[in-house]
Amino acid sequence: MTVETKLALTEQDVRSFSEKINEAAWMTDFRANAFAKLEQLPMPKPDKTRIDRWNFTEFPTHTVESATFSSLEELPEEARSLFNEEKEYNVYVQHNNTPAFTSISEDLKAKGVIVTDIFTAAREHEELVKRYYMTDGVKVDEHKLTALNAAYMNGGVFVYVPKNVVVEEPIQALFLHDDENASFFNHSIIVAEANSEVTYIENYMSTVEEAKGQANIISEAITGDNAQLTFGSVDLLAKGLTGFVSRRGVTLGRDSHINWALGLMNDSDTIYENYTDLMGDGSESHFKSVVVGRGKQRQNFTTKIVSHGQNTNGMILKHGVVNDESTAIFNGIGSILQGATGSNAEQESRMLILNDRARADANPILLIREDEVTAGHAATVGRVDPLELFYLMSRGISKQEAERLIIRGFLQPVVSVLKAEGMKKLLAEVIERKLR
Amino acid sequence: MATLEIKGLHVEIEGKEILKGVDLTINTNEIHAIMGPNGTGKSTLAQAIMGHPRYEVTAGTVMLDGEDVLEMEVDERAQAGLFLAMQYPSEVAGVTNADFLRSAINARREEGDEVPLMSFIRELDAKMETLEMHEDMATRYLNEGFSGGEKKRNEILQLMMLKPKFAVLDEIDSGLDIDALRIVSKGVNEMRGEGFGCLIITHYQRLLNYITPDHVHVMAGGKVVKSGGPELAQKLEEEGYDWVYEELGIEQTEEQNA
Ligand SMILES: Nc1ncnc2c1ncn2[C@@H]1O[C@H](COP(=O)(O)OP(=O)(O)OP(=O)(O)O)[C@@H](O)[C@H]1O
Ligand SMILES: [Mg+2]
Repeated sequence: MTVETKLALTEQDVRSFSEKINEAAWMTDFRANAFAKLEQLPMPKPDKTRIDRWNFTEFPTHTVESATFSSLEELPEEARSLFNEEKEYNVYVQHNNTPAFTSISEDLKAKGVIVTDIFTAAREHEELVKRYYMTDGVKVDEHKLTALNAAYMNGGVFVYVPKNVVVEEPIQALFLHDDENASFFNHSIIVAEANSEVTYIENYMSTVEEAKGQANIISEAITGDNAQLTFGSVDLLAKGLTGFVSRRGVTLGRDSHINWALGLMNDSDTIYENYTDLMGDGSESHFKSVVVGRGKQRQNFTTKIVSHGQNTNGMILKHGVVNDESTAIFNGIGSILQGATGSNAEQESRMLILNDRARADANPILLIREDEVTAGHAATVGRVDPLELFYLMSRGISKQEAERLIIRGFLQPVVSVLKAEGMKKLLAEVIERKLR
Repeated sequence: MATLEIKGLHVEIEGKEILKGVDLTINTNEIHAIMGPNGTGKSTLAQAIMGHPRYEVTAGTVMLDGEDVLEMEVDERAQAGLFLAMQYPSEVAGVTNADFLRSAINARREEGDEVPLMSFIRELDAKMETLEMHEDMATRYLNEGFSGGEKKRNEILQLMMLKPKFAVLDEIDSGLDIDALRIVSKGVNEMRGEGFGCLIITHYQRLLNYITPDHVHVMAGGKVVKSGGPELAQKLEEEGYDWVYEELGIEQTEEQNA
């Protein structure tokens, strides 16, 4: 069945947007190319979630103009607390669709580290951005939503860490959403070259209760030989947006590591794709995510780690809680391709159902095309363990508080590995709030 | 003085009657020991007193100073002064031992009157030192990955921090090495006194060498069949249970032959 997609924006509209922002010519062409493919591409097919009636294409307006910030002090309180009090560097803030604040320490600048909005990057670091923008990671023609992102791209950050550079403090990107008519077609690129080390944390934060439009977000992370990238996120997008969030890792080099720590706390219906391709021999990815669903929220989380190189190691750990009438589907795919001898694919999915009307499903899949490998999976879907509850209550803790402790503990894996204190605190607070 | 009084207690698990009329009265300032062959209902008694969800009380009463314990929720029983050191404590991932203990202490206090963090930490440190527990036990997740002996020490740590009126210690000595046995006993002995009564479930005289009981009871076939002083435990250690069965003229129950 082909469904004709009514697009909110024509190719001509996109061209005028490009012109208005004085975009790099190659990027304008890149969009046109994506536009040409858009119509015939199929929608993604997330396992166990029917999305044919979700609206991924309509939105009130492509870009809104929002204020820039001269200091982090000007951020709303909740956003301000994400950042270290003393330091205002290694930070990128996008205010709805407007690049609003960028700061990088002199030291890192001198070492060649780049942190800048994607438009500036496409102009000023054309070769670099071209090299990594939808090449090794997400492809334009994967499906309609990736092409849509390429065609409509209206924000994102570019982070580049050159060879041998170790970035001690996390680089934080805040995408602040406080206009209910704003949509994100964000595309971020994080590159960690050989022997480099960096933690990148992005935060999508709505301060409006409800919104209209799209959160079509792609972040690609690429690492060279022996590089170490920790990719953290706390997502807090408002109800009413339609979410398509694709985070992609590619360990191009040998012995390269990409570790994920994702707090997926959106209130919007969201389809998550998190794929990591372990290309280089000896490369690794540890994926950890926590999720809380509430209200009538529907979410689908597909996590895939593919071993291409030899002796690679992919570990997936997902914990999710569903409350109210929400639905969450966990698809986990551990894939070992032919030739990837000595590789290991493990996954663990655990889901807690807090309510009779909530629904959770864990769906682990192993795709193994090689003999000398190890693989395993564990999945549980259930209620809070009555014996744990009894144990805590037998110490005088009320049932409600005991449940809270158990659930908070269950969602701890990501909180404990997020490196930025502000993010840690935020995630812990959001978990409390979402469970109330 | 406080009194815990168990009368004619009958308890079922999944439709199977395990306790068949237990009578037992414990006062504060007393230490009671219960011994008895495997599978005779000792843990069942302990769990039923605390209100374990899988154990159903079908008859009898448990009263704490005239208050009906069986009417209370599990947390209310704890708040009323009961404590159970479990034979197999649960592991709770993601909740640190210290956070858990602080929640348990604060649950006994009024809102706004939470225990000050510093005094809590000081007390915790002191008790952990008494029990010779490694300090990282405070920040590790509750019982997660603890060895058998570490879990037992952690139960006694909770006992010492929560200071209940009555504690039931279910095989607190199993899995303990000789030093740990002495240390754990020291912890229990510190609690001994006017405001504290204790029911110790054990298979071995060894523990009772450290914690001298005032009363010893033998449980068989879901009942308390014999009671006496410390010398009873001594005799059981030396001669086993056969003479008890003979003396009482009862058939050895199936659980003993199993
Ligand atoms: N879920 C259950 N269904 C049926 N029988 C059960 C169940 N749980 C326990 N039992 C039985 O109840 C009886 C009493 O068990 P309990 O744990 O109280 O014994 P115990 O005296 O503490 O033994 P031990 O000295 O080995 O700890 C046992 O025969 C046991 O098999
Ligand atoms: Mg027992």
